[in-house]
Amino acid sequence: MLTCKQFLSELSDYLDEAVGGEDRKKLEEHINQCPNCWVIADTTRKTIEVYKCSEPVQIPTDLRTRLMKALERKIAAKRT
Amino acid sequence: MISSNMAPEAAVFDEANLVAQARQGDTGAFNELIERYQRNIFRLAQNITQNREDAEDVLQETFLKAYTHLPEFEGHSKFYTWIVRIAVNEALMKLRKRKWDKTVWLDEPVNVGEETVAREIAVWDDNPEQRYSKEELADILDKAVNGLAPPYRTVFALRDIEGLSTEETAEALELSVPAVKSRLLRARLQLRDKLTAFFKKKVEDPFAYL
Repeated sequence: MLTCKQFLSELSDYLDEAVGGEDRKKLEEHINQCPNCWVIADTTRKTIEVYKCSEPVQIPTDLRTRLMKALERKIAAKRT
Repeated sequence: MISSNMAPEAAVFDEANLVAQARQGDTGAFNELIERYQRNIFRLAQNITQNREDAEDVLQETFLKAYTHLPEFEGHSKFYTWIVRIAVNEALMKLRKRKWDKTVWLDEPVNVGEETVAREIAVWDDNPEQRYSKEELADILDKAVNGLAPPYRTVFALRDIEGLSTEETAEALELSVPAVKSRLLRARLQLRDKLTAFFKKKVEDPFAYL
């Protein structure tokens, strides 16, 4: 069976489903028998999910206005 | 004056069409591309620089540079990946200028050894985020990312927050795929550790039956 260290070094690929076949079987075999690694895998998966669900921030209006003004200057400079 | 309101028909064009139109000088199309991606670029810039003022500069510089260099964009990668690369370079330049991180830099090898092993092992609630208000949760997540060193939070922001693939992240940061993977693993485990303090299942009161 894999050691915890070996399991954890593959954890990212395991959670991203980037490991298949025999290698995945070995990882699953470990996680089913090691409560600590099960908890780490489960809470790491939740960590990734909670960030994935976070909303991008709104752009403040003044920042957007500044960006558009700067772009207009650039376009005007290009045309002259 | 460029209108910040996109024409309704513009919404139906896909990214490639918008880019093609913008390349032909259609500022409305370029404006639509800004509309689409400005929030992601701003969030990415904030995550890397951890500084509001720098993030505002990065946002502006990214789109101005994208506009200037649009004729050189050949469409081999997605437009989004291309502007992310510009934004990452701008954000890293800001970090370098501040020089507040002298110990670890992006192209230095990172030791991924025993330290990756988690410190605290505790189960979480099923929906731990519901314990907090939207603002509180955003604050917890931001502070946890803030606590990561730049090489880790940059990889994490690109890969897990902005949704780039491992290969796209490697390309954007000019790192090897194994380097991205090892940094991502370490970032995820460190964040997991930090968030466990907030999200772990509360132990039931042992005297509750009294």
